[in-house]
Amino acid sequence: MITIADIRARIKNGETVRAVVEEALAKVDAAKEFNPVISTVRDRALQRADQIDADIKAGKSLGSLAGVPFIAKDNFLTFGGKTTAASNMLKNFAAPYQATAIDRLEAEGAILIAKANLDAFAHGGSTENSDFGPTKNPHDPTRVPGGSSGGSAAAVALNIVPFALGTDTGGSIRQPASFCGVVGIKPTYGTVSRFGVVAMASSTDVIGSLTNSVDDAHYVMSVIAGRDPRDSTTLPTDGLAPDVIPKQLKIGIVKEYMTDAVQPEVRQAVLAKAEAFKKMGHIVEEVSLPSVNLALAVYYIVVSAEVSSNLGRYDGVKFGLSTKDAANLNDLYGRTRDRGFNAENKRRILIGTYVLSSGYIDAYYRKAQTVRTKIINEFNDVFGRGFDMLVGPVAPTTAFKLGENTADPLQMYLADTMTVAASLAGIPAFSIPVGSDKNNLPIGLQLIGAQRSDELLFAAAKQLQGESRG
Amino acid sequence: MSTITNDDVRYVASLAKIAVSDDEVASLTKELAVILEYVKQLDAVDTTGIEPTYQVTGLTNVTRPDKIIDYAVTCDDLLANAPRTRDGYIEVPKVL
Repeated sequence: MITIADIRARIKNGETVRAVVEEALAKVDAAKEFNPVISTVRDRALQRADQIDADIKAGKSLGSLAGVPFIAKDNFLTFGGKTTAASNMLKNFAAPYQATAIDRLEAEGAILIAKANLDAFAHGGSTENSDFGPTKNPHDPTRVPGGSSGGSAAAVALNIVPFALGTDTGGSIRQPASFCGVVGIKPTYGTVSRFGVVAMASSTDVIGSLTNSVDDAHYVMSVIAGRDPRDSTTLPTDGLAPDVIPKQLKIGIVKEYMTDAVQPEVRQAVLAKAEAFKKMGHIVEEVSLPSVNLALAVYYIVVSAEVSSNLGRYDGVKFGLSTKDAANLNDLYGRTRDRGFNAENKRRILIGTYVLSSGYIDAYYRKAQTVRTKIINEFNDVFGRGFDMLVGPVAPTTAFKLGENTADPLQMYLADTMTVAASLAGIPAFSIPVGSDKNNLPIGLQLIGAQRSDELLFAAAKQLQGESRG
Repeated sequence: MSTITNDDVRYVASLAKIAVSDDEVASLTKELAVILEYVKQLDAVDTTGIEPTYQVTGLTNVTRPDKIIDYAVTCDDLLANAPRTRDGYIEVPKVL
């Protein structure tokens, strides 16, 4: 299990940053059968490594992540190579500027080595919708790594790098973290700047980390969090929201997430950790939020609507794929978008266009946004009644087989059923590995908090990780 | 809410500017019908007196100084990604 501390120690003990980065790049090559990355940024990574080695020799002060290699999901705009969003639409796109999150990590000396695979435009829950082939689960290559940040989760589980960046719109960090047995952080909406990240659904898109340890997650998030004048939705705080953390937490087990539809071993793992929290002196009670059962229906209306708007920019004119010999501008749009988007992209754009179209917007879109309020009110009510944190599974099952859900889009969507409510409410939700099922497939525990209670979730997650070590 | 037809899908695809083939229309109609059927459960939810949520931060009127930010990106950098350019402009096929 590779961590940031391991890399720091190696460099402190005299190993060159170049050697560390070359080793990580070699691990990328060795992991080809799992297809975790779309491309490497080898030249730029080695240049930056040599620069840091020179700084070390010259005795210059170093950033806190100096020489630590990392991987970013390929929907982060980065220098040194292509940014594809795993879509044919952008397969030759070289970004002219970088995401703020990447800039902040580079300012601390971290070194981007590769771009991780994802479902094209982050549309999916298995990485099978990538136009560059699916990623395979490191624990069982016949199974999916989850998605859409499946490449990021697999790269960390394969110990290629100690941390990777992902994006989470409805579970896209938490569910692959759960399937691959790593720590996945979806912070409060607005914690990390979305500048320079390919937009999916702007009202729920967040940026977060995938790591092997809670400590590393906490550190990476503290580096990338904070207000950015280039993203007006970032919260006006420096770093993660501060929080007074009570010694004794009141923890709610979400009843609606513990039904018979959930794999028994997943439920047992959640209950075992609830018991562990009790032994630490916390209060654990069952709690009901009836409207979370409606969250998936709300999500697929609201997010598809936002997708249809955000993906309007791919028109074959300014950048990206462009059909040749178009008869006129309309033909250029139509044929470029037909060729550049895959089946899942089209489904979401068309659903979104439909629910926003004249005659349907009230029945679908406004109705969904109103039910969204109901869901948020229930969360506020529970946190207002003194609960500090909610727990439940991340997904109803452990990693499913490649191809198992590809024929039925709705079945695939149901894998998001326990993650979407937190996205709609903009509240933080983490996935913490808590054991395995009988097939040795990892199980994730979801920790959900009130808006801007990220620090409280980190404290609870650290206690849990300490407990499993002890 | 009503069931979606092939013609609805063709119309929506034309609004979304995606030139889908006839084969695709048939499969999309089936898939979209299943998804729209699933989301229909919201019809039964009583939302009397509840306002819709469009954003979750509560931030309003976020402003920034009216100054040019130097992104170190040149016009040439941006045009390098454009499929067709001429004389420093992006070129498009005729509109009509």
